[in-house]
Amino acid sequence: MLERIYKAQRSIDTACERLGRQINIMEVCGTHTVAIFRNGIKSILPKKIKLLSGPGCPVCVTDQSYIDSVLKLADCDDCLIATYGDMVRVPGKGGSLETKRTTANVKVVLSSEDALQLAKDNPKKNVVFVAVGFETTAPATAVVVKEAAEQGINNFFVLSGHKLVVPAMRALLSRINHNIDGFLCPGHVSAIIGYSAFAEIVQDFARPCVVAGFEPVQILEGLAEICRQISVGKAELKSVYSAVVTEKGNVSAQKMIAEFFEPADGYWRGLGKIKKSTLKLKDKYSRFDAFKQFGITETPGGDTNGCRCGEVLCGLIEPPQCALFERSCTPQTPVGPCMVSSEGACAAWFKYGRQRLNDDNG
Amino acid sequence: MAKHDTILLAHGGGGQLMDELIRHHILPKLKNDILAELGDSAKLKLASNSICFTTDSYVVKPLFFNGGDIGKLAVCGTINDLAVAGSKPVALSLSLVIEEGFKFDLLEKILDSISQAARENNVDIVTGDIKTVEVGAADQIFINTAGIGIRLPGVDLGFGKIAVGDKIIVNGTIGDHGMTIICQREDIKFRSNLKSDCAGLSELTCCLLENTSGIKFMRDPTRGGLAATLNEVSRATGLSIEICEADIPVSPAVQAAADMLGFDLLNIANEGKFVAIVSPESADACMTICRNHPLGKKAGIIGQVVKTRDVPLVELITKIGGRRVVQMPYGRELPRIC
Repeated sequence: MLERIYKAQRSIDTACERLGRQINIMEVCGTHTVAIFRNGIKSILPKKIKLLSGPGCPVCVTDQSYIDSVLKLADCDDCLIATYGDMVRVPGKGGSLETKRTTANVKVVLSSEDALQLAKDNPKKNVVFVAVGFETTAPATAVVVKEAAEQGINNFFVLSGHKLVVPAMRALLSRINHNIDGFLCPGHVSAIIGYSAFAEIVQDFARPCVVAGFEPVQILEGLAEICRQISVGKAELKSVYSAVVTEKGNVSAQKMIAEFFEPADGYWRGLGKIKKSTLKLKDKYSRFDAFKQFGITETPGGDTNGCRCGEVLCGLIEPPQCALFERSCTPQTPVGPCMVSSEGACAAWFKYGRQRLNDDNG
Repeated sequence: MAKHDTILLAHGGGGQLMDELIRHHILPKLKNDILAELGDSAKLKLASNSICFTTDSYVVKPLFFNGGDIGKLAVCGTINDLAVAGSKPVALSLSLVIEEGFKFDLLEKILDSISQAARENNVDIVTGDIKTVEVGAADQIFINTAGIGIRLPGVDLGFGKIAVGDKIIVNGTIGDHGMTIICQREDIKFRSNLKSDCAGLSELTCCLLENTSGIKFMRDPTRGGLAATLNEVSRATGLSIEICEADIPVSPAVQAAADMLGFDLLNIANEGKFVAIVSPESADACMTICRNHPLGKKAGIIGQVVKTRDVPLVELITKIGGRRVVQMPYGRELPRIC
């Protein structure tokens, strides 16, 4: 393994020397963000390589208004909120799911199946599944909607916060951050949508897109490939995660998404409204749609109290540039979602990187 | 006798039912002369008046897990607190807080574990208490144990003697207990059987302390895991710590579970592990003793104490040669989304 690492490092060094300028590479996956920090990858890269954490953490990109809607539903006595663990501590208006007095109404689930089971076990409650995540978790949500429909379960609702990765990358490049030189594309999402999904980014924006796995050596090889392309003035689509990711992806998972969801315009934290970037349940399944059944309308929610998570998500600033970072915003007292989620950039900086800040910034 | 299948409030009421519970279910399992007196206090004759004294409460959920149960944990946990303080555990107290309706056969199983763990670790349960509470006032059963250990002659462990260059030893794979509990609690059905490392460490620690001279500090990295223990050392001494990922013993199944759920094993609880900080000269001798003991076969020297540059820091040198900070954990690990 070490030989592959050295080889990747050499290739990154060569590219940096040839280019002579800073290279900004964005990873669009929270798991990559954590792996990069946890393995100390930044510390073995040349200073000219800047890694930006993009909108790849599902909890972080979820708009504030969605969080507030969940908190509101948690206040209803007849509602039971089924949520993935990361969402529990995200602050909203009047607290978080963790701090609310209504915690009895909040259950952490590990899968959509758990959420559906909760509905079966609590027939007198309206179980609302807080369905966030990208194309990776959307198929699992589709599966339980299908099951709920087949089994005639009437107390199960989905508050779909599912999002699509590629429209967010387009939004970033076209109107938010022009300094991104290339993308380290998400391994998990690519397993579902196939690496060909990123072809439009390469074609329309001339940015290298390289899909990589999560082992440190895979990440380094992905970065090396991006650097190589940039240094020779090319932009290509490539996967260095061939064991898992294919060109076309998981077609049956894609079919599940297409059967139950349709792309809709939607709000992202930091990126604002993006056309056809979220997944809403099709009208056919509106009886499971918590937005419709509980009369929730989507409105854009602003970041609260000076929180700059939105800019962090777009790679415009690094977490320590936010005035709240490490001062009022810590994992113990998170102000924004990027400090809450285990996959958030701020949490990763705080946990693994903050003491090395001076070194990293050279 | 056990006419009842479940615990009634009256089993903690001080009357006939409680007497039956003690005489027929507890005493036979935990038999020793001091406990048999059933006095208000245990009267102990100790070989020395230099003792260690500790207490801990156990509220683990699920009560039964692969590799142990709340009973074994309650005995081993307190034994380990005494052991890493440099003492030889001799006597424990046992207090049970039981929720009304708790099944008698589960209580029997837990008492069997307590009895076995005490016997294996050569300590007596010398005094105890039972309280019962109404449904909902406790979650099935809570256990408190307190323990006394005789300090080993000439042994004085603490932060004070830790110095730059000292080696850090752990006696085996990390994260086994915490991941076992998390996986069973969250009802994740892994095919591989994770198993808690729950075990009493006093035999091994006594052996180390009696046969080597360079051990300066020991702690059992339970809640908060290795990360919490090493950060405490760094904070208390003002020194920094460097550990090497490649040298930290980890079971592949535990690592896989942690990766899948997004947990950092450095933050995960252990119940049969100690961290020892030892002088560089004595590290090899310590390792030899560890590896010759069943609870230390996979022991490793995982790092060392180093000088502080700016602020005291625990750093991990990763497998790829990178460096990153190891923080004090937040305290509650949440499973990640995907």
